[in-house]
Amino acid sequence: MTKEEKYSLAKWAMDHALEKGAQQVSVSIANSQSSSVEVRDEKIDKLEQAIQSGLSIRLFVDRKYSAHSTNRMKKKDLARFIEEAIEGTKFLSEDEFRTLPEPALYYKGGEKPLDTIDLDFSKVNPQTKIDLAFAIEKEVLEKDERIISVSASYYDDLNERVMVTSNGFEGHSSSSQFGLNASVSVKSDDARPESYWGESAIFFDKLKKEDIGKIALKRAIDKIGQDKIASGKMAMVVENRQVGRIFGPLISALMGSAIQQKNSFLIDKLGEKIVSDKLTITDDPFIIGGRGSRLFDGEGLATKKRTVFEQGVLKTYYIDTYYGKKLEMDPTSGGTTNLVFETGNKDVEALIASVEKGILVAGFNGGNCNGTTGDFSYGIEGFLIENGKITQAISEMNITGNMKNLWSNIGEIGNDVNQSSSWLTPSILFQDVDFSGI
Amino acid sequence: MNVNRRNFIKTSGMFAAGSVILPPFVQSCQNVQITDNVKSYLNHFEVSTEMLQKVIATAMSKGGDYADLFFEHKTTNSLGLEDGKVNRAYSNIDFGVGIRVLKGDQTGFAYSETISLNDMQNAAKMAANIANTKATFNPGAVNEKTPSDFYKIVNKWDDVSVKDKVPFVQKINDKVFALDEKVIKVNAFLNDETSYVLFFNSEGRLTYDYRPMISFGVVCIMQKGDQVENAYSARSFRKGFEWLDDNLIDELSKEAIDKTNILFEATKPKAGEMPVVMGAGGSGILLHEAIGHTFEADFNRKGTSIFSNKMGKKVAGDFINIIDDGTLENNRGSINIDDEGNDVQRTYLVKDGILNSYLHDKISANYYKVAPTGNGRRESFRNIPIPRMRATYMENGTDSKEDIISNVDYGVYVDNFSNGQVQIGAGDFTFFVKSGYLIEKGKLTQPIKDINIIGNGPQALSDISMAANDFLIDNGTWTCGKDGQSVPVTCGLPTVLVKKLTVGGTNA
Repeated sequence: MTKEEKYSLAKWAMDHALEKGAQQVSVSIANSQSSSVEVRDEKIDKLEQAIQSGLSIRLFVDRKYSAHSTNRMKKKDLARFIEEAIEGTKFLSEDEFRTLPEPALYYKGGEKPLDTIDLDFSKVNPQTKIDLAFAIEKEVLEKDERIISVSASYYDDLNERVMVTSNGFEGHSSSSQFGLNASVSVKSDDARPESYWGESAIFFDKLKKEDIGKIALKRAIDKIGQDKIASGKMAMVVENRQVGRIFGPLISALMGSAIQQKNSFLIDKLGEKIVSDKLTITDDPFIIGGRGSRLFDGEGLATKKRTVFEQGVLKTYYIDTYYGKKLEMDPTSGGTTNLVFETGNKDVEALIASVEKGILVAGFNGGNCNGTTGDFSYGIEGFLIENGKITQAISEMNITGNMKNLWSNIGEIGNDVNQSSSWLTPSILFQDVDFSGI
Repeated sequence: MNVNRRNFIKTSGMFAAGSVILPPFVQSCQNVQITDNVKSYLNHFEVSTEMLQKVIATAMSKGGDYADLFFEHKTTNSLGLEDGKVNRAYSNIDFGVGIRVLKGDQTGFAYSETISLNDMQNAAKMAANIANTKATFNPGAVNEKTPSDFYKIVNKWDDVSVKDKVPFVQKINDKVFALDEKVIKVNAFLNDETSYVLFFNSEGRLTYDYRPMISFGVVCIMQKGDQVENAYSARSFRKGFEWLDDNLIDELSKEAIDKTNILFEATKPKAGEMPVVMGAGGSGILLHEAIGHTFEADFNRKGTSIFSNKMGKKVAGDFINIIDDGTLENNRGSINIDDEGNDVQRTYLVKDGILNSYLHDKISANYYKVAPTGNGRRESFRNIPIPRMRATYMENGTDSKEDIISNVDYGVYVDNFSNGQVQIGAGDFTFFVKSGYLIEKGKLTQPIKDINIIGNGPQALSDISMAANDFLIDNGTWTCGKDGQSVPVTCGLPTVLVKKLTVGGTNA
């Protein structure tokens, strides 16, 4: 579907809903295409290709609310789908807080594009995709006699979306992604450690296409001899790509729904210092070519650059229109865009070198965080650090604590930002973390 | 709108999967003997056996060894309660066909969201590319396979109105609030799902399944002084509307209240290795993570599982029998046929302590030259089937729960979980304990909460030293993720003692 076709169908669906009894409507139509190839044993293991499209509609009917989606896009099917949805909505309870956003807060158009899509997406030759995957596999094959299994894959996807609302919003967005992955298993005494590495990018030309297999192999071999060590309180360095796992619960606690439903450990904390003054984070939607860049959010609200934490002081919550009304707060947009950390001056190696005794966390294994209290416990694997050097691979251990304490005990923020995510996390050193092992 | 208004409102589900069919398709040149059952599925997807054979021929046109078509029409309806009212509903319709071609253990796959001969042929051409010769495929006879019938229901969710579902969600809110003054918020949900599946492959097998699912649950949020805690209870089955009743509401409400109340007194154990008593029921997560995934044959075929090359070897005590079962009546993990059209079984993974079978999909069954076990599953028509669990559980032992607890000097008793994970090659598995108890000198003492437990699969399996005779399946909303695909499963266990696992906690 072209952009114009999507707009036309979305407006038709909106008009149909208004005609059949909805007072307010928001419709979005998205389509995507993707392909992937996975290779193993110098053969193609899996070849996948997909094109999909779908319509989502949010209905506000007699002060009642519902939301629906379908991939049956013929007008005849959609008409009936919308009519049934409206009838069903009438059986719900009224909810005075449900409305579309204030039109004044909508994105109005005009800003420069944020370069979130590769306009040459379709020009990548299918054979090139296969060759790239084989090249990654080749970096590993026969490089070490302990290798049991290698697989490498290429994937890409392109997403395009338009949205219209009955109180005046119209907008479209698009994004693309290209990626390469390798996964390697090696033999040790009684286990088969496995590791994985991947790179991804919005633009094919910017995708890092080398060393992915090499890194996966090194990470797998480094794990040989993994064992647990004695329990204790120690320093913890978390690799940049792994920080998201322990940072996520801080963001979840800032969501309007969590605040209003008392499922947050950061209720009524705006303006207070809640974590280490080493933590300063900006939410910046306008980074050109940023993985989380966008001009408007899922409701159509114009995005704004804002500070989330400033030297440990909480500066904002993530409030959408509905929970804004419930909480009597102004909506700020209900989700993160690009999170930019104020960085220090050490990379992960330098952080490790600064630790007398501690653990480098290279991966998490399960675990969870209680959103109400911030209490967490996660399985980890990584490496023992002694006198600034890695001395042993460790696994089968847990870290346990509370999010507020953990983030108050930052030793140092690194400078090695993970560019492959919208959360631009550097490696971070934490002090006094409870590890459980033997 | 050509539907009778009154009838329409009565049946507004939101969406009745069955009723979204367009006017009945007239089958042309239907030259094979098939039953009305399978005809209704062909009509539902507006295809004929001739069309299926044409698409299969295209899929096989480049020399593939095997091809299959998986048609699916799934509707999901969800009601939500927040701040005292059933004030939100969500629904989704997903419709399409996945086309797969195998060449040895190589897979080509594409899908189409529109079901016309032309669109299916295009997808089949893409999938065919996994092979690269030229071949002519002559479709054999259509061989209809009647699926099993593991989930008989009375009232299909297709026929139930929003109006009739709303009162149950409202009642559970009111019940939870009535049970305890500390309750400050309640969230409740009722999700029903109906899936129609039609399957055809290059061997001529033609089969189908109707898969209902209901999940009903409540989250209870309580406050005592400054302390806020929450917990939830939920059940999920392949059952119909008749399943909802007041007893169920009472049971779920009480469970949510009890699970929340225990948290106010709970602390954390000291960190380290200790004996862990796994309570009957949800502790089956131990089997799912520690053993189940590592027994999935794709990992073993590739040599990446810690259990690779352990077939026929002793992996646990003689009294240990572990089963993965797709045949339990109305169970969330049951399926009448797997997503590769195969019969579903009750499969012994471990029999008398010996590794007895992996969990197979078609590719791995061919590789190991064994019969398929009915574990080839996929999230939807958009995905390739892979070996997956169904209901994974352990048979009863001969000890009693009391004996097992009294055997522990210092350890933990756990029976309430939120999630788990495993590393296939290292064998390290984890599960997150929402609540449990300390065991001190053979007695349950202090409640504990929010700790992760980690162990190593083969070690943990051989460390199960006692099992009670109180086997229970947990019918919660268990969902298993693998390769980005989610499928519904369940698990179960009698009370067992694991001699040693590493428990998250604090260090003095």
